[in-house]
Amino acid sequence: MNNRLIYMDHGATTPLREEALDAMLPFLKDEYGNPSSIHAQGRKVRQAIEEAREKTAQVLGVEPLEIFFTSGATESNNIALRGAAISRKDRGHIITSSVEHHAVLDVCRDLEKEGHRVTCLPVSNEGLIDPLAFEEAITPDTFIISVMAANNEIGTLQPIREIGEIALKHKILFHTDAVQVIGQMPLDLKTLNIDLLSLSAHKFNGPKGVGALYKRKNVVIKPLYHGGSQERKLRPGTENVPGIIGLGRAIELAAAEMPAKMKHLTFLRDKMIEGLLQIKDVILNGHPVLRLPGNVNVSFKYIEGESVLLSLDLAGVAASSGSACTSGSLEPSHVLSAIGLDHHSAYGSVRFSLGRGNSEEDINYALKVLPPIVERLRQISPMNKTK
Amino acid sequence: MYNDKVVEHFSNPRNVGEIPDADGIGETGSFKCGDTMKLYIKVEEGFITDVKFQTYGCGAAIASSSMLTEMVKGKTLEEALEITNKDVADELGGLPPLKLHCSNLAADALHNAIVDYRQRHVDDQ
Repeated sequence: MNNRLIYMDHGATTPLREEALDAMLPFLKDEYGNPSSIHAQGRKVRQAIEEAREKTAQVLGVEPLEIFFTSGATESNNIALRGAAISRKDRGHIITSSVEHHAVLDVCRDLEKEGHRVTCLPVSNEGLIDPLAFEEAITPDTFIISVMAANNEIGTLQPIREIGEIALKHKILFHTDAVQVIGQMPLDLKTLNIDLLSLSAHKFNGPKGVGALYKRKNVVIKPLYHGGSQERKLRPGTENVPGIIGLGRAIELAAAEMPAKMKHLTFLRDKMIEGLLQIKDVILNGHPVLRLPGNVNVSFKYIEGESVLLSLDLAGVAASSGSACTSGSLEPSHVLSAIGLDHHSAYGSVRFSLGRGNSEEDINYALKVLPPIVERLRQISPMNKTK
Repeated sequence: MYNDKVVEHFSNPRNVGEIPDADGIGETGSFKCGDTMKLYIKVEEGFITDVKFQTYGCGAAIASSSMLTEMVKGKTLEEALEITNKDVADELGGLPPLKLHCSNLAADALHNAIVDYRQRHVDDQ
């Protein structure tokens, strides 16, 4: 057995960084006050939460009062889409893409059952949406467009600037699920027309179970829950204080490190892709250039992704097959189907998502162990035409 | 998710390959998850004397194929026909529920191989 452990599944989640943990610890222990309380213990915690809000706002280039802490991106997506839908008097029309995360697609499907119309637009073979198709799909009752900033499985970056301009022109809300890009790429909302944005702390070395929704001032959406006046009633309930503090610290550090990290991850990604394509019958999924810095997604022909993952795991490399959420089901991922991959190429897909802590040595190791794994599984496969 | 025995069979599968002069070949596949198995048997006087497999699929599919080949060698065709997919999973010490009905198809491939053998040797019987 191998003792080496290389984590290449940062798209699923990332390890909590020390500094974020250190920032959180006092709030799991001595600083137990309820931020809504009037006493000193409460006020101290309130101040810490507001500092975390300021840090988050600063990173995105927005105002603190536009940041609402949630339990993560799934909740943020639900509040954004459903909140916009239930703010309307009538049923309306939603436009989204076929490669969105289930936390967007399934909300849309649910709203469809309730009488809203949903247009789910296709993507190119590289996973790109066509902004013009979005403009053409707009109808007088379209009230929201939701397009992810970057795809979690294949890493394709969407033209959110163009989509934002179209949304502005037609006075339609624009929501983006940005979980994959925060901490990996610049995202300045001062220069982009985005009304609603979802993010999640555990994707940038913050804690799990906490995220945020950015909601542009003056955008009116109804809350999904009712209760206290926390998060200005958009997300009532006593705050996840340690989580929020951890998010604030993690996003602040991620933003400071982002330029160097982006360069480093891009280098590692390209090296890994280049090495993988040296193996016979391997195809790259996603876009060659418009791609998340840390995302590598390939299909190994004639073999199945899970068997590759299992072999990699035995060699000490943690990766995933498509979306982590998808690998528990048996269906091929909706994203790989949407980019037109045939069933077998979709089954043979493996995602390596690189992040903070990965080194060139890790890439070399993965590239060293993979060819014999692929060769062995192909020897077992009846589909192997290369034998 | 997989027990040690499954991982062991996945890592060191028994009887992988083709039998060029096989007496019977059986194929099976799951449309849902894409797994495909091909099983080759040699039969002498009603006994399965050799068996080899090729499998495209997940860890469970490869491990159950390997397990089946161990279970079937030396058995009569009648005994082999009684082996079920569940027997293979049990022999492996269990498979995750999700995989039980999808990747656990080795016995079906075996049954198809025996049917193929009998069709080819209809005159002998």
